[in-house]
Amino acid sequence: MNENNSVEGDSAEISLIERETQGLSQSQIVRKRFFRHRGAMVSIFVLTSIIGLVYSALDAKYFGVRIPGWWKYSIEDLPELTLGQCKDGLVGCPTLSVVPNFLGGNGVHLGDHPFGQDDIGRDYLALVMRGAQRSLMVTFIIGAIAGVIGTVVGAISGFYRGWIDAILMRFTDFIITVPTIIIGSVIGFHFGNLGVAFLAFYLGLFGWTGLSRLVRGEFLTLREREFVDAARVAGATNRRIIFKHILPNAVGIIIVSVTLLMSGAILLETALSYLGFGVVAPDVSLGSLISQYQESFTTRPWLFWYPGLFIIVIALSINFIGDGLRDAFDPRQRRRLTRKDRDRAKLGSKTGVQK
Amino acid sequence: MFAYIMRRIGTLGVILLGSSFLLYNLAAISGDPIGELKISQDPRAKQQIIALTRELQLNIPPPFRYFLWLRGVLGIFVGKLDLGSTRTGESVGTAILSAIPTTLRLVFTASILAMVLGISVGIVTALRQYSKFDYSMTFVSFLLFSLPIFWVAVLLKQFMAIQFNNWLDKPTISLGALVIIGVVIGLIVASIAGGARRKSYSIFSAVALSTMVVLWILQKINWFLEPGFGPIFFFIASIGIAFGVTQLSVGINNKSALRSSITMAVVGLVFYYPTKWAFKLSNQTLVLLAMAALTLLSAVLVSLFFAKIDKIAIIRTSILTGIFMGLIRLLDQLMSTWPRFISTDAINYRPVPTVGQANSLLEPGDYWVTTLDLLMHLILPTVALTAISFAGYIRFARGTMLEVLNQDYIRTARAKGLSERTVIMRHAFRNTLIPLSTIIVVDFAGIIGGAIITEKVFGWKGMGTLFNMAINSFDLNLLMGVFFLTGTLSLMANLVADLLYSALDPRIRTGSGA
Repeated sequence: MNENNSVEGDSAEISLIERETQGLSQSQIVRKRFFRHRGAMVSIFVLTSIIGLVYSALDAKYFGVRIPGWWKYSIEDLPELTLGQCKDGLVGCPTLSVVPNFLGGNGVHLGDHPFGQDDIGRDYLALVMRGAQRSLMVTFIIGAIAGVIGTVVGAISGFYRGWIDAILMRFTDFIITVPTIIIGSVIGFHFGNLGVAFLAFYLGLFGWTGLSRLVRGEFLTLREREFVDAARVAGATNRRIIFKHILPNAVGIIIVSVTLLMSGAILLETALSYLGFGVVAPDVSLGSLISQYQESFTTRPWLFWYPGLFIIVIALSINFIGDGLRDAFDPRQRRRLTRKDRDRAKLGSKTGVQK
Repeated sequence: MFAYIMRRIGTLGVILLGSSFLLYNLAAISGDPIGELKISQDPRAKQQIIALTRELQLNIPPPFRYFLWLRGVLGIFVGKLDLGSTRTGESVGTAILSAIPTTLRLVFTASILAMVLGISVGIVTALRQYSKFDYSMTFVSFLLFSLPIFWVAVLLKQFMAIQFNNWLDKPTISLGALVIIGVVIGLIVASIAGGARRKSYSIFSAVALSTMVVLWILQKINWFLEPGFGPIFFFIASIGIAFGVTQLSVGINNKSALRSSITMAVVGLVFYYPTKWAFKLSNQTLVLLAMAALTLLSAVLVSLFFAKIDKIAIIRTSILTGIFMGLIRLLDQLMSTWPRFISTDAINYRPVPTVGQANSLLEPGDYWVTTLDLLMHLILPTVALTAISFAGYIRFARGTMLEVLNQDYIRTARAKGLSERTVIMRHAFRNTLIPLSTIIVVDFAGIIGGAIITEKVFGWKGMGTLFNMAINSFDLNLLMGVFFLTGTLSLMANLVADLLYSALDPRIRTGSGA
């Protein structure tokens, strides 16, 4: 009896979900699902605020025009090491305070050096902001370059198959053999002084392998589908079939793995900087800040906490956005029904209203 | 099939040739091995330059020098592999061979732990999809995904080593900490157990209370300085293992399996004191091997005595029980070594080290003290590595398990009226392992390359350190040696993974297409 009930409940749930997506286009369904993913929405908010905060903090120069930032120090400034409210005779400790007075704290204020100062007195907030700018830039460049190359290689080899596929996939194997961290170190060592963007560009050239394999697999299945045959019969060129018919269907997998690739990229940059092959002084990245000050953890922990916190928050929000996208694009994904949904369904079936 | 494998190995060789050529030239233009000597004011620098140039054949341009290196490598076919020599004149082959055991010791435990924990947690989250446990494990795995390992390492050094050692000086748990630990463990167990709200409340309170009481008793009897199980708790743990393994392996209703694994627990108890005596003998490796053989033998004998039908399944159950009991017994022995270990001069009551592979000040001779020392050095890197790679396994195992649970054959199995245990362990779990097995093979090959960063943070001298040295001192031969090993292994692992996949899953054909 019990079994019976649950089966009926199951089919009722399925029809409830079907009713929800009725009459919507694919992209509308995806958007609806994505907006419902709470983790992803929070992460998008966090990530955009961080990007805004980080890029507006320091003075920037675009095409000769100087745009002032909201923070008074830059990474070259060398203010005096201040004692402030430090305990135990430390200097340069953070002045940031978030506990209000009535809770027994020092009140909410930024102070002169919210994240403290490093060993020679540079303002640590400015350093962390610059580091985060660099890390974000590396992430996005790697994501863009690897995303484009991976998609193109995967699409071509999956669509044309045969010897083109064989050559491209062996080439992919060839790139896979060289461990990313080795290639990153070699590149970083040689080209590190040419700037972060250049390093990211080269890392992107080697980071597309996983994506291209995924895209190839997707293309191999999609090219056998009826709509591709229909397009071909209608006289569409290969280019049109690839870009107008197959690619839109594979875009879910591409977006998801590019987000994962980006969250991997931020950690890769951190690791390379830690090994000393990434960003070169006087420029800083989050990874180089941590590796530079890891020894001071016991004495001046703020030099270690703040860059780490930024890395984690950035990588975490990218990961959550990727998860939300995966849920949104996966047609088999079944959302968990909340009590509200069930109530609404009961109401609907009782009054006979069909939505 | 044979032709397919040969063709794959052929392409593998060509790929290796190409990528080694690329890497050789990339690395060669990335830095000058004698660059520092050239600007040096040291009068001997000139001589060193000449010596190094002759030794490393630097007068030949890199694209041609590559073929000299290649000739040495191809010597593998006539049984004379020559990877050249490092800058200091040591043979690269020797350097790598001495680094591999260290790397293996470092990464092996961590990978096994990450796999076992990750896969089991991933499967439980899939079974409890959309539960609080599922959501919190998803969050945890994303969090672990986003952690840089050296950042974790510094935190571990501070909190698991330095502060733990400080705490061990006077091991008492304050009332507040006791309550917090109890509540956390209670929450975890209750969310895994799932079920109706009232049931999970009672599970939570029972687990939380008993944890607090046990911890309180442990600190009262000074257990943290003189830990150990003793025969009684060893027996209780063995009975628990017997029931647990039987339930997961064949189901608790299989009476002969249950009887034979409980008999194993009794046999373990009988052997408790004899093993205690045996652990004091001189040649411990031999003793351990003999114990393992004895466990296997008794497991087979006991299960043959009880089993009437389905002998293989029952033998498997008893052997698994025996293995877990053996591990508990070893843990007990290590615990009883603990007071001796921490009171030695070299340790001096600070047992968890932050760097290094072994304590060189420790006097050799006592097998168990040395083992404990090695294990203590492994703790921090193992925790760091496990935490990082465990996240990937959770995600993957969860995804695969969910996919399998949606298959028609699972519905068929349920419709036949099979018990939930049989459906999950026999139909779902085994099919989940197929894609997982291929991932595991590839990962294992990857770990030989060494955890470059972990080795650096914890001061281990394995493959990662070699690689780091090679890059920093422009040691081309050393770099290529490391690459030769890791590249070959990763390509071989990919091949093995493909073959394994087709062997395990008959739906997939190999040899078709390119």
